[in-house]
Amino acid sequence: MLKVHDLCKTFDALPLLQGISFVLGAGETLCLLGPSGSGKSTLLRMIAGLEPPDAGQILWNENDLSSTPAHLRDFGLVFQDYALFPHLNVFDNVAFGLKMKNWKIAEIGTRVAEVLDLVNLRGFDHRKVTDLSGGEQQRVALARALAPRPRLLMFDEPLGALDRALREELLAELRGILHRTGIPAVYVTHDQDEAFTIADRVLLLHEGKIVRQGTPAEVWLKPDSAWVAEFLGLGNVIEGSCRLQSGKSRGCEVETGFGIFDVKCGHLHRAGEKIHLLVRPRAAAGESNKIQGRVADVLFQQDGFKVRLDNGLYFYLKDEPKIGQKIEIKIKLECLE
Amino acid sequence: MTRRILLWLAPLTFLGLLFFYPFFRILAFGLNLGTVKADNLQLVFHVLLFTFYQAFLSTLLTLLIGLPCAYLFARFDFHGKSLLRALTTVPFMLPTVVVAAGFNALLGPRGWINIALANLFNGLTHSSTSFSPIPFVGTLGAILIAHVFYNTTIVIRLVSNALSGLDPKLEHAARSLGADNRRVGWHVTLPLLRPSILAASLLVFLFDFASFGVILLLGGPTFATLEVEIYIQALQMLNLPLAALLAFIQLLCTLIFSILYTRLATHVAVQSAPRQAYPHHPRTIREKIFVFAFFVFLFAFFVLPMLSLPLRSVSSLDVVRGGGTPFHYSLTSDYYSELFINRRDSLFYVPPIQAALNSLGYAGATVILSLLLGFPAASALARPGRLEKFLDPILILPLGASAVTLALGFIIAFGRLLISPWVVPLAHTLVALPFVIRTLQPAIASIPERLRQAAASLGASPFRVWQNVDWPILRRATLNAATFAFTISLGEFGATLLLARPDYPTIPIAIYRFLSQPGALNYGQAMAMATLLMALTTAGILLIEKQRLPGTENFF
Repeated sequence: MLKVHDLCKTFDALPLLQGISFVLGAGETLCLLGPSGSGKSTLLRMIAGLEPPDAGQILWNENDLSSTPAHLRDFGLVFQDYALFPHLNVFDNVAFGLKMKNWKIAEIGTRVAEVLDLVNLRGFDHRKVTDLSGGEQQRVALARALAPRPRLLMFDEPLGALDRALREELLAELRGILHRTGIPAVYVTHDQDEAFTIADRVLLLHEGKIVRQGTPAEVWLKPDSAWVAEFLGLGNVIEGSCRLQSGKSRGCEVETGFGIFDVKCGHLHRAGEKIHLLVRPRAAAGESNKIQGRVADVLFQQDGFKVRLDNGLYFYLKDEPKIGQKIEIKIKLECLE
Repeated sequence: MTRRILLWLAPLTFLGLLFFYPFFRILAFGLNLGTVKADNLQLVFHVLLFTFYQAFLSTLLTLLIGLPCAYLFARFDFHGKSLLRALTTVPFMLPTVVVAAGFNALLGPRGWINIALANLFNGLTHSSTSFSPIPFVGTLGAILIAHVFYNTTIVIRLVSNALSGLDPKLEHAARSLGADNRRVGWHVTLPLLRPSILAASLLVFLFDFASFGVILLLGGPTFATLEVEIYIQALQMLNLPLAALLAFIQLLCTLIFSILYTRLATHVAVQSAPRQAYPHHPRTIREKIFVFAFFVFLFAFFVLPMLSLPLRSVSSLDVVRGGGTPFHYSLTSDYYSELFINRRDSLFYVPPIQAALNSLGYAGATVILSLLLGFPAASALARPGRLEKFLDPILILPLGASAVTLALGFIIAFGRLLISPWVVPLAHTLVALPFVIRTLQPAIASIPERLRQAAASLGASPFRVWQNVDWPILRRATLNAATFAFTISLGEFGATLLLARPDYPTIPIAIYRFLSQPGALNYGQAMAMATLLMALTTAGILLIEKQRLPGTENFF
């Protein structure tokens, strides 16, 4: 079991990661999600032992790994641009880790065949890695990391360089392989679709801190901060200030640039406090809050229309409105503080 | 097509007359049945053996020092890194006579180290006569050390470029797969560097193989490489056929090495990953010791010889008989003022400073000539057609032929015409031309045709197009090319030694003559001359470094 405790790292005298703590359970796939530059890859490299943390600990089964060099950690690593050894063929790339562990030749042969089978690359043994397609190279990289039976697998934006269709195909395969082998994994990406597809649990990184963690569903339903809601593209984030403490229930009347809304969020707010609200872009039938606006732009999207209003908000509607038409939409408001 | 032929007319006539014609004369002369005799062959065999032997040893030694340095430059950041990098590149362009004089000033019988040792020795034993200087000049060691001094920069550049171009993720991947540092190096880094190490070795070997000045000045009469033997046979034994045979062998060898190198160099170019911010300050104790030790070593190795030289040129060291210390130091400008005096018993018919004037005149002529020939050739090569694909390697051929061989070709082909002192700048132009073309060509090629078309469509006449589009871009490259030609001509030793008339010496020739004569005054004047040459050349190198265009980084 991997435990990361209060990890800190500065880069060029700027804090890159501050107080990162999390636990990875047996067989769990954890996804570190954040924009580029949020320190995700550095975190991975520190777990792998390729870079020392400035402070904090990395523990495996309660043993501190700080004095264990990278090559003795048994953590597999898969890179975005694959990092296949260009001077070795497919077989030798996959066999590399086994040779480093001094496996017997015969055992290496069977193990390599086994993992190449697992990633659907049977018969590729003697191909040059430089002749393979991007998808095939990524499969080799995965096979190479899997071969020595690592205690933990780490993925650093592994599908970033591939096109969308291939990415979805490989992602499904990867999920299957991770479930079958039961190897716990840390997966780094900036793509939320990728993260939500593969992760058992998601960790959102922003400015060197974990700002939200939970299962994909939990994070989706309760983003809990304006930054998370905006980063995940959950809807319109608007600003407002509390006017009155509205009676018994926790919540308040919020004055915004789009009107005055009654928000029941379960928090206690002071009068005059600035808060952020999330306006989900789908109309909510049972709600009392409404928003009005003129249609500025209509985009066709799969099963409906993405409508942008003149006040800057957007919504998904079933029926196509006319541009310039004035519409009113019932909305669900969530407090983001 | 006619325009292209016009462009080629002058350069090809020049090369045809001064390179290919002499070249074929050498072939005809050297492959004569009369020359291929048993005793000749034995001499050739011995010379060839020693040439390979010293080149092999030099290359090995250069790698031994260059590889850790390449690692140092590619992987670490430290204070004074760019200064150190510049220091290691300077020797490559310094004239051989300057390097030889520098090592002489440091390690020679009158050099600083032997002076210091003698003082120490006499201080301990209180006797003034019994110390004999440690021999350096005239040993194989001197040759090897000077070769390492010259060529380490090749290994550093080629290998550290390859090393910092390596994707660090490859090493990360290997480590995460269980490889410790040693196995990462052995199974990943070294195999990936192999093409660049091989290319660097081959290039170093090529330079060591064709070395002339260093062997002649530091090796002394006992060591003869192919180059030196060509010179000895041509000028001292007056055995031109044998010299021609040796020159033919020399050409053949350099041709083979050059072809091998070109093949390897294309390999090196293939693997270039995106550069990462990889170098870091040394962290562990071992890293700190490594960086510190090599920093000090490199600094001493590259600075001391070049520092000894100017210091020695202003120090008078008189032997004091019977005293406790054998030498009496004083600062002096005698060696410099002596350069302006035409003494009756001097080595020349003219005051030594005349050599400097000759050199400057020759260098100026070389600049003009090589630019006049280089511009049309580079313009044609910048937009290569079928003709250019064929002509490109031909133009670079003189680069492979050594200066001594070029000069021998002159002597064999034009014998009596050599009376004119103007043959020297012609030879210098031949040596400098490939460099000039290689400097101008990428600059000319970098000007997009659309830029000219745009200027023309805006109403610029062809001349104004050239004035406002081409020239501003080419100015820097032209200055670089001119500086190249200038410094090459100033320092050229091999060809000049064979071609210059005794009453028209150049600076390197004067240094050589001074060094090969006994006497403190001669030695001092050699140091003074070499210091002058070093100052001029270093100024040239700095100018080029400062003006360096992106993409024209180096010639290897």
